[in-house]
Amino acid sequence: MIEFHLDGRSGLSPYQQLVQQVRHALRLGLLAEGDQLPKVKDVVAVLAINPNTVLKAYRELEHDGLVAARPGVGTFVKATLGGAPNAALGPLRQELLRWLTKARRAGLDEESIEALLMSTFRGSAREEIA
Amino acid sequence: MTVLRAQGLGKRYKRKWALSGCTLDIEPGHVTGLVGPNGAGKSTLLNIAAGMLEPTAGTIEVCGGVPGSGPAQLAKVGYVAQDSPVYKGLSVEDHLRLGARLNPGWDDGLAHDRVRRIGLDPKQHAGKLSGGQRAQLALTLGIAKRPELLLLDEPVAALDPLARREFLRDLMSAVAEHGLSVVMSSHLVTDLERVCDQLIVLVDSQVRIACDVEELLATHHRLTGPRRDVDSLPADQQVISARHTDRQTTVVVRSEAPILDPVWTVGELTLEDVVLEYMSNPTATRPALEVLR
Repeated sequence: MIEFHLDGRSGLSPYQQLVQQVRHALRLGLLAEGDQLPKVKDVVAVLAINPNTVLKAYRELEHDGLVAARPGVGTFVKATLGGAPNAALGPLRQELLRWLTKARRAGLDEESIEALLMSTFRGSAREEIA
Repeated sequence: MTVLRAQGLGKRYKRKWALSGCTLDIEPGHVTGLVGPNGAGKSTLLNIAAGMLEPTAGTIEVCGGVPGSGPAQLAKVGYVAQDSPVYKGLSVEDHLRLGARLNPGWDDGLAHDRVRRIGLDPKQHAGKLSGGQRAQLALTLGIAKRPELLLLDEPVAALDPLARREFLRDLMSAVAEHGLSVVMSSHLVTDLERVCDQLIVLVDSQVRIACDVEELLATHHRLTGPRRDVDSLPADQQVISARHTDRQTTVVVRSEAPILDPVWTVGELTLEDVVLEYMSNPTATRPALEVLR
């Protein structure tokens, strides 16, 4: 069983934070298939948040196929998140390192590199939405 | 089905309108926050919904009836006024007995359980309780009458952070267990962000916006870029506020669609930012009204 917390300065809404914490726990192996998520009324009683917020988070996880609700019993983990296959991570990191070297050679400092990365990342995410 | 429906609702005290043109639809099962500057009309709206005040204009329907129209209507609505009023000379136990006598749907088991859990001494006189205990006693009475709608006017204003958190925890547990709807006013937006799924911003006696909290956060953006005229913004971007320097323009807009114009640096706002933008720009645009889902 995991315990939720809320970070007032995270910039994420409470419901997004709950979803993110479950996904993290799945990635890190803190939650495995068959594990039960905290009951809605327990989360509400610990965090002082709206029950609809918890329900919404659980519904989204259910929609993503990660958990399943058993009426009257609770919500249980159905699948785990292994993250991207490890085999793919190595080559991607190599490419990124090569790109970083290029960026430094072009005269960009750390801050400029980060700004460029973030704005490109956000821009491409936005294009996907649009 | 709505728990609260207002159409052009208004209340005038002598020449001043404390509330005007208030149109709202609140569906059951939600916790709705009511924010706005002092004197914006929050208490007036809650008082009308509870049946303590008669509206001057418009109509209001609460849980399918006219507020304060009879015993059946009164049983459906719980109301805890500002500063958690209790009878100073009566003991905690007396309050519970009073609640049982006055409310047909009274849940005595729930009331006594709560008093025990909060750690109130039943023999203690209410006048000797701390602010937090008084608020908890008032909430106990409000919950134990098992209303469909609970109205709370600034319930946590006088409480220290720990008492406030405990109060909100208990309130949310009651919402989860009994499925009651809540409308509560507060200045503490960070608290409201946790407990409310809907928000109403009242400014200068008018509803500025009534909206789902998630939607409020998702649709408001702060755009920063080179100076430009806000009239040149796309029509689907409603300007909440605009500030200019000689070179730069910062606008807060409400937009359903993502902001794609590459000229702008798009920043997200916290709920408190959004509320403050509306409160500090009372007449920038016409009120944005919509049905609360």
